[in-house]
Parts: sequence; C-alpha cells; structure tokens
Amino acid sequence: MEFFWYVVLMGILAVYIVLDGYDFGAGIIHLFLAKTEKDKKAITSAIGPFWDANEVWIIAAGGVLFFAFPTLYASSFSGFYLPLIMILWLLIFRAIGLEMRGQVHHPMWETIWDKAFGIASLLLALFFGIALGNIVRGVNLGMVTNGVSTQEAHYFFLPLWNPTFSPQANELGIIDWFTLFLGIVSVVALTIHGANWIIFKTNSSLNPQLKNVVFKLNIVLLVLVCISLQIWHFIEPKPFHNFVENPILWFFPLMTFVGILGLFKVRSYKKDGHGFIFSTLFLVGGFASTAVSIFPNVLPSTNKVNPSLTIYNTAAGAYGLNVGMSWFFVALFLVIVYFIVQYRVFSGKMDDVGYGEH
Amino acid sequence: MEEMLFYDRMQFAFTITFHYLFPQLTMGLSLIIVYFKWKYLKTQNEQYNHATHFWMKIFALNFAMGVVTGIPMEFQFGTNWAKFSELTGGIIGQTLAMEGMFSFFLESSFLGIFLFGEKILGHKWHFVTGLLIMIGSWASGFLIIATHSWMQNPVGYEILENGKFVLNNFQALFLNPWLWPSYLHNQAASMVTSSFVVAGIGAFYILSHKNVSFGRLFLKTGVVFGLISSIIVAVPTGDLLAKNVVKYQPVTFAAMEGIFHTEKKGSEIVLIGQPDVKDKKLDNKIAVPNILSFLTYGNWEQEIKGLDQFEEEVHPTNISGLYYAYHIMVGLGTLFIGLMVLALFQLIRGKLYQTKWILWSLMFMMPFPYIANTTGWYTAELGRQPWLVYNLLRTSAGASPTVSSGNTLFTLLGFIGLYLLLGMLFLLLIGKIINKGPHNVELNTEKI
Repeated sequence: MEFFWYVVLMGILAVYIVLDGYDFGAGIIHLFLAKTEKDKKAITSAIGPFWDANEVWIIAAGGVLFFAFPTLYASSFSGFYLPLIMILWLLIFRAIGLEMRGQVHHPMWETIWDKAFGIASLLLALFFGIALGNIVRGVNLGMVTNGVSTQEAHYFFLPLWNPTFSPQANELGIIDWFTLFLGIVSVVALTIHGANWIIFKTNSSLNPQLKNVVFKLNIVLLVLVCISLQIWHFIEPKPFHNFVENPILWFFPLMTFVGILGLFKVRSYKKDGHGFIFSTLFLVGGFASTAVSIFPNVLPSTNKVNPSLTIYNTAAGAYGLNVGMSWFFVALFLVIVYFIVQYRVFSGKMDDVGYGEH
Repeated sequence: MEEMLFYDRMQFAFTITFHYLFPQLTMGLSLIIVYFKWKYLKTQNEQYNHATHFWMKIFALNFAMGVVTGIPMEFQFGTNWAKFSELTGGIIGQTLAMEGMFSFFLESSFLGIFLFGEKILGHKWHFVTGLLIMIGSWASGFLIIATHSWMQNPVGYEILENGKFVLNNFQALFLNPWLWPSYLHNQAASMVTSSFVVAGIGAFYILSHKNVSFGRLFLKTGVVFGLISSIIVAVPTGDLLAKNVVKYQPVTFAAMEGIFHTEKKGSEIVLIGQPDVKDKKLDNKIAVPNILSFLTYGNWEQEIKGLDQFEEEVHPTNISGLYYAYHIMVGLGTLFIGLMVLALFQLIRGKLYQTKWILWSLMFMMPFPYIANTTGWYTAELGRQPWLVYNLLRTSAGASPTVSSGNTLFTLLGFIGLYLLLGMLFLLLIGKIINKGPHNVELNTEKI
C-alpha cells in the first residue's frame, strides 16, 4: 500500500516537473532571449492558459504527501523551512508577473513584470534542482551532535548554507556544491524543455534561434550529466544497487539517455512537437532514476544514530491509505478527462489564434 | 517556546485572513455569474451576457488572488505546524488531498476555457463550464470545512500509542454533525459577500450616472440574492451552528456570549459591553434578560453554563477577542438583513433606484460582509483554542519543533510585505475594471 502511494506521489511530481517545467523554461527564455514585443507575446501566449493548471500538480503532490506520508511531510517541510517559503514567494511573483503585465500599457510597468516573471522562473528552476539535491544527499535527522540526537529522530532544520559549502560537512546547509550543481542541471534542462514548448506551441520568429539554443545547451547538459554520474558516488556510495537487483529499472536511465540523444537532432525534426517529447523523456527518466537510486529511502539520514526516512516508516495508517484508493481512482479519471478537454480546446499554435495574455 | 508559538499563529492567522478575502467572493460570485449566463440563454437578452462578462473579469482576478495566496496555506501545515501534521496528517491530509484532486484540477482546467473559450464552445457549453467552476469552488469549500469540522469535533479516528491519530471511519468525516451547518453557514455567508458587492457596484453605477442600466440589473440581482442569503446565514444555519457550539463546546459558547457567571433562572443576551476577563465581568453592559436561553433551548428559564463552570485551562485563550469577533459578526449580520429588507421593499414598490440613502448605504456596505466573514472565522478559530483538535491536541503541542522564532518572524514579515504589494495591485486592477464598466467588456474570446 505504501508502495502504491509512493508511485502515485512520484507520478504526480513527474507530471509537475514536465508541465510547470516548461513554464519555468519559457520564463528563462523570456528573460534572456525575448527582445521584441512580438516574441514576448508569443512566449506568454504559449503558457497563458496552462500555467495555472500546471501549478495545481504541485498542490496535488503536497496533498498526497500530507495524506499518505504525514511524517515525511512534517519532517521535510519544517526542516526545509526557508527554501520552501521562498519557493512560495517566487511562485507568487511569477504569477503576478504574468497576470499584471498586460494590465497597464506603460513600458516601465511592462519591464518590471517581465523581469519579475523571468527572474522568478529562473530561481524556481534553480531551487527545485537544489531541493532534489538535498533529498539525494540527505540531512542530519534528529540533529545529532556528538553522537546524541537533540531532536526527535525524524526532525531536522537546515540553514540556507554552511560556511564550507560542502555536502560532507558536519553542519549541512541547503546550498552546497553538490546541490548547487543539481540546481544548474535543472536550469539547463528546463531551459531546453521550455524552448521546446515554445517551438511546439508557437510560430514565433524566435523558433529557429531556439532550436540552436536547444542544441548548444544540450551539449552542456550532456557534459553536466556525465559529471553528475561521477560525483554521485560522493553522496550515495551504492547508487546502482536497486538497478542491479531489478534490471528492468534500467529503463529509466535508458529513457534519460534516449531523451538527450533525441534532443541533438532538434534542428531536423519535421514536426515541432518532437523536441518536446525528447526533453520530457529526459526529465521523467532523470527524475525517476534519481528516485530509484535512493529507494526505499525518501530522505536519507547522514548520521548513524537515526535511520533514514523511508516510505514505510513515514506512511499513514493502513485503513486511511486503503480508503484513499477508492476516491483517488475516481479523481484520476476526472483529471485525465479535464486534461484531454483542456488540451483539445487549446490545441495547435497559441499565437495564431490570438488568445492573448490575461 | 511562547514567542515561537505566537509567530506561528500570527503567520497562519495573517495569511489565512488575507487568503479568505478572495474565495469568499468567488464562491458566491460563481453562482451569480452562472445565474446571469442562464438568464441570457433563456432570454437571449445581450445585457445578461455583458453582465456575465463583466463579473467574469472580477471573478478571474479574485480567483487568481485566491490561488496564489492559497498555496501557502497548504504548505504551512508542514512548515509551521509539523507536529500537528505528523500526528493528524492521516486524517486531515485525506480531505485536503481530496480538495486538490477534486476541486483544484476542475477549477483550473475549466477556468481558462471559461475565460477564453466562449466563441469556440458556444453559449450552452460556456454556461456548462461556468457551472463546473462553481461546482469546483463549492466542493473546495466543502472539503476545507470538512477538515475544519474534524478539528472542531473529531470523529472517525483512533489514537495510537505513539500519539498519532489514524482514521478508522471515512464516512464519519462527512457525516460529522459539525460539518453541514458550518458548510451551509459559510456558503450562505459567501453569498452575502458577493451579493453585497454586486448590489454595491450597481448602486455606484446608478449614483454616478454611469452604466445605469447595468447598475439597475446588478442592484436588483444583488438585493434579491442578498436578502435570501442574509436570512439563511442567521436562520437556520447560524442557529444550528450555535446549538452545536453549546452542545460540543459549552465553554466556547460561554466565552462567545460573554457569560462569566452561570445564571440559574435563564441567561440574558448581551448586545454591547466590554469584557473584563480579570475581574470576570462585562463593563457598560446592555443586555436583554432570558433571551439567550430562549434562543438556545426554546426555554426562557433554561440554565446556560458560564465560564465559572469550567477549569481555567480549558477556557479559550483569548476570551475578549472571541467575544468581540462573535458580536461583530452577529451585529453586522443583523444589519445586513435590515438593510436588504428595506431595499427589497423599495424595489417591490418600484422606488429603489430613486431612494438615494439606500443606494449610498449599499455602496458603503460593501466592505462589511468581508468583516463579518472574517470575524465569523475568528469566532470559530479562537473558540477552538487552546486546542488544535478539540479536547485532544493542544495548539502548543502542534508547532514545528525545529523552526526557530527568528525564522518564522522573517517569513511572517516577508508575507506581510508581499501581501501588501498584492493588495495594492489588486485594488488598482479592480478599480480599473469597475471604472471601465460592463459596456466596454469585449464580447468574444479576446483579452480578459
């Protein structure tokens, strides 16, 4: 039962990464590449009717986490207090950036909200990568000092950084070189993903340039992924043990690899949606591979006193998890119906039909 | 510890108070928008469709504010109330997760379609998407109140040795006797807010001689909806809810009504007076004898327990605040019924549009339903103190153990600053929409 809800949670998170990921990426492109009013409009209309619905997936993930793994929810949300609240602020800034821009026609007003939207998107991509890094690296559960827990075994608190920026220091911080590295991987990957979405959903004059950007960034991404495979050992001594035990799970790393290879050919695809498919493969494969590499842990402990948090020692009562399945499948069915309706109503290129920004 | 708890509570109170300014309008307004669209389908009178578009714009802005300020609410259970979340997540997580899965997906998927898709969909389907959004937002309110009701009156649970609450009866969450009166009370109160806003803007248009025909439509609609909902808020829902409080939380009831000492021969109802908690009395009291006993039990001489009947450690922590919150809510609620009765009377006589003092009153009344809704929620929340889960889990045992007060103050200040900015932008944009008026609303799928 715990495993079922774990798969549900990871599934929802993967969908969130794919969907809101392209919003973040589009925001980064908007920040650095969109020069003319027409380009900006193309980008915002490509995400206009979707970003709000995309954001619901993180709320759904939070809800499922709260209900199925309350101990993990309580431990991680209080332990990662500051970055989480900052993510909330950034989500608010991104939303008001998008919503406010078109309300007053004045160049300064537009510049302010363009920057708010772009910078918030960039920082969100960075923060989510850093968050993933923190979960892989683990935390000092129970806040052990000198071999003694100073808090209950599953609680902790991390400052934003420690003075050494090292993931192996005694006093950990949210930002260290390892988590920052994953943050940068996330920014690069989501920029590619967002560019692919814009290519897919618009006839913007930026598109040829974006294809070049995807190609170049993809080289960077390949290098970063190779480096990350090397440094992963510092953090997780046996990153492949689950893959060795269950070879079918190699599917996920393979998916990542296919995604990255496919992206190199972005300039020659006949259909504009193909690049987006490959960046989706990369993101889902990469996220799933990461989850598998630490499974069944969901938040590893960096000390020897307190055990890691796993899906088993953080789950809610069996009755609640069982009864949750009955409504979950109904809800899932409805969500799929809504999703199909939404994407059919807004199929095709968004800038042609002229659904403006708000 | 004390300081930490204070900032945790302030942050939750501040963010939820600000957040609920928006859903209380959108829940009720969605019904009024659906009504306008339905009238349009029936009469083919373009004015109703213009009215639909105008209120959709206001709805969309409020909805967006509700969404961006709502996400922090779900996060804060974990960030600031980790112990509470850990112990009760298996139960309240259930209803909160259902809210995400059933309401938010529905609302967010169809809002874009509702706002941008009228031309593609045709009017009938446009009406249906409006209805779906209304269902989504009302379902959201239902699941939140189900969560709230479990905290007020826990049902369907057992407590394990390690202190964790686990669910053992799913249906009980929805058959909770606290739930239905609270839900209907809350939804009716949301209708009051939106009716007063619709009527108030109608009055503004008539008084300023702008968009007068729309002003009349809004005024008429707002007054009819406003009177019905103001009455439902009081009877039967408010009455049932108060009886629930007497039954399940008698100490809360005593504090709300300002009854410090039990009176054997029936309790008076306090209209005005300032509680002096230290000396256990009310200053400058104006009260009517025996009415409270009658309203509560239908018996003029029934004894109602005063605060003196309860241990001090189970007294609500902020008796004066609770007393004022409750009295402001009830006082304003009475005023709303009075004003709407007069307005409807004039409407039926065909003189409402010329009765300037009622128009001015309706216009200036617009902020007050917000105050009444907020103080109503304060009554519920302060009334539950010192408990998070009534009689079972104290508020002081629910906060995050590892988050320092300095960190919470930092984020509280951040929220205050950010919400101040949000509030200013909101007022600016609402002002623009109202000033532009319904005549200039585009008829098609263009800009919202």
